[in-house]
Amino acid sequence: MNQEVNRQDKVVELTNVYFSYGKVPVLENVNLTVSDEDFLSIVGPNAGGKTTLLKLMMGLLSPQNGTVRLFGDRPDKTRFRIGYMPQNAELDFAFPVTVMDVVMMGLLGKKTKQGLSKRFEKTRAREMLDLLEIGSVHNRPFSALSGGQRQRVLIARALAVDPELLILDEPTSNVDAAIGRELFEILSELNKRIPVIVVTHDIGFVSYYVKNVACVNRKVAVHPTSGITGEIISEIYGSEVRMVRHDETGHGRAASV
Amino acid sequence: MCEFWNDIQQHNFLQSALMAGILSSIACGVIGSYVVTRRITYIAGSIAHSVLAGLGAARYFQVVYQWEWFTPFYGALCAALVSAIIIGFVSIYAKEREDTVIGAVWAVGMAAGVLFIFKTPGYNEDIMSYLFGNILMVSTEDLLRITGLDLLLVILGIIFYKRFLAVCFDEEFARLRGIKTELYYIFFLCLTAITVVLLVTVVGIVMVIALLTIPVAVAGQFTSRLVTLMVFSVIFTMIFTSAGLVLSYGPDLPAGAVTILLAATVYLAVVILSRVFRSSR
Repeated sequence: MNQEVNRQDKVVELTNVYFSYGKVPVLENVNLTVSDEDFLSIVGPNAGGKTTLLKLMMGLLSPQNGTVRLFGDRPDKTRFRIGYMPQNAELDFAFPVTVMDVVMMGLLGKKTKQGLSKRFEKTRAREMLDLLEIGSVHNRPFSALSGGQRQRVLIARALAVDPELLILDEPTSNVDAAIGRELFEILSELNKRIPVIVVTHDIGFVSYYVKNVACVNRKVAVHPTSGITGEIISEIYGSEVRMVRHDETGHGRAASV
Repeated sequence: MCEFWNDIQQHNFLQSALMAGILSSIACGVIGSYVVTRRITYIAGSIAHSVLAGLGAARYFQVVYQWEWFTPFYGALCAALVSAIIIGFVSIYAKEREDTVIGAVWAVGMAAGVLFIFKTPGYNEDIMSYLFGNILMVSTEDLLRITGLDLLLVILGIIFYKRFLAVCFDEEFARLRGIKTELYYIFFLCLTAITVVLLVTVVGIVMVIALLTIPVAVAGQFTSRLVTLMVFSVIFTMIFTSAGLVLSYGPDLPAGAVTILLAATVYLAVVILSRVFRSSR
């Protein structure tokens, strides 16, 4: 397949999408486009439908109404081009796997004429770990890692796919602010090549890195990062939100816009 | 114990029993590792108990309709596979009811088995021995069947290792990689069903889950990789089934029960020792 030909402006396109679990509506009339260069952050309250939105994009869930297009086609046909990092809580950390085992899962289903040699797989997995600066833990059990290391291993697995779109579900949960920033530095570096979609709780420092913010609470509203105001945030979250000003990042953003 | 060593040289049935234990340990360790890490012990339990329906039905049709070819072994295999497929489909297509169906298959299987046995004319106490194992009654023919199924399970377990690993660890990621996870899940439950049938001979319906899980739990104390977990589990299962047989022979105790109690004792000892060891470091 020729990547150049398949690359197109609209990587993800949701049109009038409705989704509910049984009788409980989760998403209503969602219209969302993710472009080829986008760095989209998805924010919103818990159970507001963020993860559901991701799963619809990847064809892991099907909408009751409306259409989802991924790379201009049905998601189940094109989703192998995604590198996905699931939410931390969805995995069983007691599972007996090593870091390398996990990263090499990203190479499953790769079809080449001669197949992938074991050596190639290992080299590639190591490269991904080195890229995320955790090459030293490659032989350790996944269960023995810290929260931040686990996130990075899962990102390394997503990158091993050689993805044309990166989707990460809460990559900064359970890690401290410094590591969160480092992760976003890596992600914005990757964003120079591929579009990135990130679910996050943290609207603060993230806004310094991302280009657009999709606010999800049954409905979806997309704002460019520069347009995020306190009013929009409290509209999405309700009234309990208090804004904390991050002087350093707020400044940096203002300078770059 | 000396009695066992003397007798095993003279009696074929003892050699067969020992071989049956050792051979089925291989499948048990490999498939058991998947069962434990995927956390579907109760599905294995449900499949095991539903086997009674197959055993009972086979005996009934043999005696009442003279279907000589329909031996209890084939009955057990059919029942186990049917249960695995039912549970698999329900858990994929109606997730919220999974545990209800597991429970229902468990009890309905037992009930059907009891009715078949009750309605079969003649003396059927030996069917009941499947409940608690009958390793001393293993025939040469059984041994061949165990070997065949064992080979099948181990080969499939190894061929699909990477895929099963990915599906067990993170089903959604595996789906994104183009793996048909539903298909693999049902396929995997079928492998579990075949393993259960093998183990029914060794420890009996009631104790199958223990043999499928305890050796893996012991092995889990020493490794954190699925493939080594399998190897260790196989070794521990072999030790437990063989030792269970040897220890039970002299005092004439049921081998299955002794095997399970031995395994549980070792597990407890290993857990306590590893706690002590870790806290002393």
